[in-house]
Amino acid sequence: MANLQSLDILRSSASTETPSRIREQPEVAKLIDVSRCIGCKACQAACMEWNDLRPEMEDFTGVYDNPSDLNPSTWTLMRFTEWENEAGNLEWLIRKDGCMHCSDPGCLKACPSPGAIVQYSNGIVDFVSENCIGCGYCVKGCPFNIPRISTADSKAYKCTLCSDRVAVGQAPACAKACPTGAIQFGSKSDMQELAHERIIDLNERGFKQAGLYDPEGVGGTHVMYVLHHADKPQIYANLPDKPHISRLVQLWKGMFKPIALAGLAFTAVAGFFHYVVAGPNEVQPEDEEHGRKALDGKDRA
Amino acid sequence: MKTPPGSVSRYTTAARINHWITAACLILLALSGMALFHPSLFFLTGLFGGGAYTRAIHPWFGSVLLVSFGILFIRFVRFNLWNSDDNRWMGKIGRVLANDEENVPEVGRYNAGQKLVFWGMTLLILALFGSGIVIWDVYFAKYTLIGQKRIAAVVHSLAAVGIIGIWIVHVYAALWIKGTISAMMRGSVSAGWSWRHHRKWLRETAGRR
Repeated sequence: MANLQSLDILRSSASTETPSRIREQPEVAKLIDVSRCIGCKACQAACMEWNDLRPEMEDFTGVYDNPSDLNPSTWTLMRFTEWENEAGNLEWLIRKDGCMHCSDPGCLKACPSPGAIVQYSNGIVDFVSENCIGCGYCVKGCPFNIPRISTADSKAYKCTLCSDRVAVGQAPACAKACPTGAIQFGSKSDMQELAHERIIDLNERGFKQAGLYDPEGVGGTHVMYVLHHADKPQIYANLPDKPHISRLVQLWKGMFKPIALAGLAFTAVAGFFHYVVAGPNEVQPEDEEHGRKALDGKDRA
Repeated sequence: MKTPPGSVSRYTTAARINHWITAACLILLALSGMALFHPSLFFLTGLFGGGAYTRAIHPWFGSVLLVSFGILFIRFVRFNLWNSDDNRWMGKIGRVLANDEENVPEVGRYNAGQKLVFWGMTLLILALFGSGIVIWDVYFAKYTLIGQKRIAAVVHSLAAVGIIGIWIVHVYAALWIKGTISAMMRGSVSAGWSWRHHRKWLRETAGRR
């Protein structure tokens, strides 16, 4: 949400302005306990309702995922995986996919438009549509494949973590709607604590590898998962094992920018100084004489 | 335009128009591309009606440039084939830069430096168009994977910096070597200029008359 919390903007895309530091907010986080999710899609419905989004109707693709992928009007999506565990038993893994609100957001790093992507001091990463130019760089920057570009208005969309609700002390719509308490919302430290209680519980129930998904490669996230198989995040519909901003994006958006501009400036300045030192290369009167003779075909005589 | 007496015709009217359309596209591409490359140059989007318009029009400039340069390529490629004289000329590049062309091998229609500009532009335009298509998301997003788009974005920006560098060299050379700009403006150069810089070409031209 644009400018609702301009005082609380921690980072802004393609911007050199110093963010306001006058106050601090605690980091928030959404904790999604995959082991408690029953796949009812109440979160999806709540997201549509609160954000007033109506995705286009799609064809049935033979699986529970509906729609089949995130899209500009579907900011969160239940992804269902049938996984056969080591004992040969079926486990139905259901992961609520959506923006992870990284501490080090690849989308923000890649964005070329000043202020189109902002990160609030509470950790929420938000797209500011009025500044979005629709280039799709955020799609390339994101390690989780989250942003989607609308064909209707060529702007990028994703989960806002209900920044408008959070700004007035409410939990995100999905957390509010979840009937099993699988989605919790609060300060990041509280959510980490809650996760640890759940992990101990899961360990006791035989899930020895249960753990918290809060990947360090992106500086931690403000949407975290409790996974019963935290050693194998990929089994949850390809949740990346060790996500990080692609090296290519880091090269493209890191040192290459100043080095390239300096290199071009150097080339132009080198030309200028060559002119100052060596001077222009001017045609001399004798060249004209030789040239005219050559043109008349007399120079070989 | 008629070739004035004592001058040598170097570029036809069609070639000049072709060149300047290409040049205009390259400049528009550089301005709109730099605007999205570095945040401190984002203000350049104002020239194109804002960020979204800049993003939308940039690939179309590129498409016009591809066609225009393609025609330019067909026009000039046969004069730009590399030969052993070019190696010898490159060996004397220090003398050329010092404005002392006494012992530099005689040059045909183009010297080795000009040929390098020609081939540099050719290769980089191909790289830019190829990578540009991959990140032209409005029409082509669904045909490639994100990993491929990342590679394309890096290739596109590297190639763009390369071609702007070549463009600076190209423009500087035209300013430094006096009498050159008339070739692309009026289509003709003086006999003295031709003798000084492209002696072999002058003899060939005179021989054909």
